[in-house]
Amino acid sequence: MNSIDVRHLTKTFGSFSAVKDLSFLVPQGEIFAFLGPNGAGKSTTIKILTTLLSPTSGEVFIEGKSSVTQQNEVRKSFGIVFQDPSLDDELTAYENMELHGVLYRVPPVIRMGRIEEMLRFVELWDRRDELVKHFSGGMKRRLEIARGLLHHPKILFLDEPTLGLDPQTRSHMWQYIVALNKQEGMTIFFTTHYMEEASKIAHTIAIVDHGTIIAQGSAHDLQVKTGTASLEEAFLALTGDAIRDEDATSTDQMRMNMRIRGRK
Amino acid sequence: MSILYQLWLRQLKRYVRSRARIIGSLGQPILFLVALGFGFGPVFQKAGGGDYLSFLAPGVIGMAILFSAVFSGIEIIWDRQFGFLKEMLVAPVSRIQIMFGRTLGGATVATIQGLIVFGLTFLFGFHVISFAFLPLAILFMFLIALLFTALGTAIASMLDDMQGFQLIINFLVMPLFFLSGALFPLQGLPAVINDIATIDPLSYGIDGVRGALTGAFHFGLGTDVGVLLVVTAVFIGIGSYLFSKVQI
Ligand SMILES: Nc1ncnc2c1ncn2[C@@H]1O[C@H](COP(=O)(O)OP(=O)(O)OP(=O)(O)O)[C@@H](O)[C@H]1O
Ligand SMILES: [Mg+2]
Repeated sequence: MNSIDVRHLTKTFGSFSAVKDLSFLVPQGEIFAFLGPNGAGKSTTIKILTTLLSPTSGEVFIEGKSSVTQQNEVRKSFGIVFQDPSLDDELTAYENMELHGVLYRVPPVIRMGRIEEMLRFVELWDRRDELVKHFSGGMKRRLEIARGLLHHPKILFLDEPTLGLDPQTRSHMWQYIVALNKQEGMTIFFTTHYMEEASKIAHTIAIVDHGTIIAQGSAHDLQVKTGTASLEEAFLALTGDAIRDEDATSTDQMRMNMRIRGRK
Repeated sequence: MSILYQLWLRQLKRYVRSRARIIGSLGQPILFLVALGFGFGPVFQKAGGGDYLSFLAPGVIGMAILFSAVFSGIEIIWDRQFGFLKEMLVAPVSRIQIMFGRTLGGATVATIQGLIVFGLTFLFGFHVISFAFLPLAILFMFLIALLFTALGTAIASMLDDMQGFQLIINFLVMPLFFLSGALFPLQGLPAVINDIATIDPLSYGIDGVRGALTGAFHFGLGTDVGVLLVVTAVFIGIGSYLFSKVQI
């Protein structure tokens, strides 16, 4: 069965189409990377797949369930690390984890063990009782990753999970995720702007631009197709080198604002 | 069940940890007790109304609950801006349950806030006729809290950011407060004011608290409880519906 089945998905905001007639399949147990320039529609697609946004048209099935009409079933099957912050700053690291475990109905005994395991994994166990608002950006990111992995979902969505993390943490984190993928057959759907990550980890890569997939295959396939020597070059060959500055600045601006507001 | 409890607990933790909010929100009730309680007391007494402070105190308790409750509901907008709302919305928990847990938590916080103000009113010379009816008064406080937290949640579900906040305070919360029976008796009012006070659910809440603490009901115990329960149920229904439509 396919973990993710997207058919002719379109999402418009006013007159602007963020996602246009997008179709793709992700088989169970695959690691699938969704790459594209800023504003390509990656996060919008993830929001639709995870029931946060409703599609304008088209169909989405997660583990065979419709993400429009069977939202509750769909929500049981995935975990997600969002691109933007999603922690409760007024709670401690431990409390954020615990609330997540309860929301996902992880039985208490497993929950306690797993929270400790995950917090140790991201090296936040010693700081578990500190309020999240006092954490650095990287620490918050690590906590979000730990939280997303807490309930061992069938599918894991990661929207630029490694944004702002140092190389050690990045490689450490990917190792763990690849191991989960192997041991539990967890399907991984991720986006990133670090091409070497995608090239090393993903079985299949889809390059999106302006809301549609313009190329799909393994890193090797994409390089062969474009006659280039690395995924980065293949990516540039496929998407052109025009900077998507308008989108980039507006999203970056928004993130900046969030940070500033968050800090107060 | 444990989900409801955790969502409730979250609201309580957030409240206990924000001392500035607890203290800040006591300023307004104290100001009302001082300025109106002491300022209007003599006039009220001369006009044959009796002890104004004892009349006013339940109104000010109601005010504290009203503001705190609407604020708790509106907090969803913060959750949206700081991103935590996403975490709740993708969880495999029905939106109604989330709405319910939050509302219970917010209502508990607002009730505590009301009880703190209740404690303060004694410093200003509030006379309670009998503490036997204290549980009844607390029940009314909780009903006011529940009703307006649900209203706040319903409104917040329709807003994307805090820009509408002033609008809500000035055009909804303030009128709800000033045109209820919080500050003046509901007898012998001009027809328009009387009609407005009669459709203002806060009037019934304050009447309930006042009745339980001072023995003087205007609408009557049964009417107060009935109206509050029905309106609360309606707001929770509307709030749940609107919340279930929230997108990010
Ligand atoms: N709620 C919204 N209303 C209007 N436009 C939106 C909304 N959400 C996204 N967009 C627009 O849709 C487009 C795609 O945004 P999206 O966040 O999906 O991009 P992305 O591929 O994730 O980019 P990035 O790499 O910068 O994260 C952008 O042009 C963005 O401005
Ligand atoms: Mg994005």
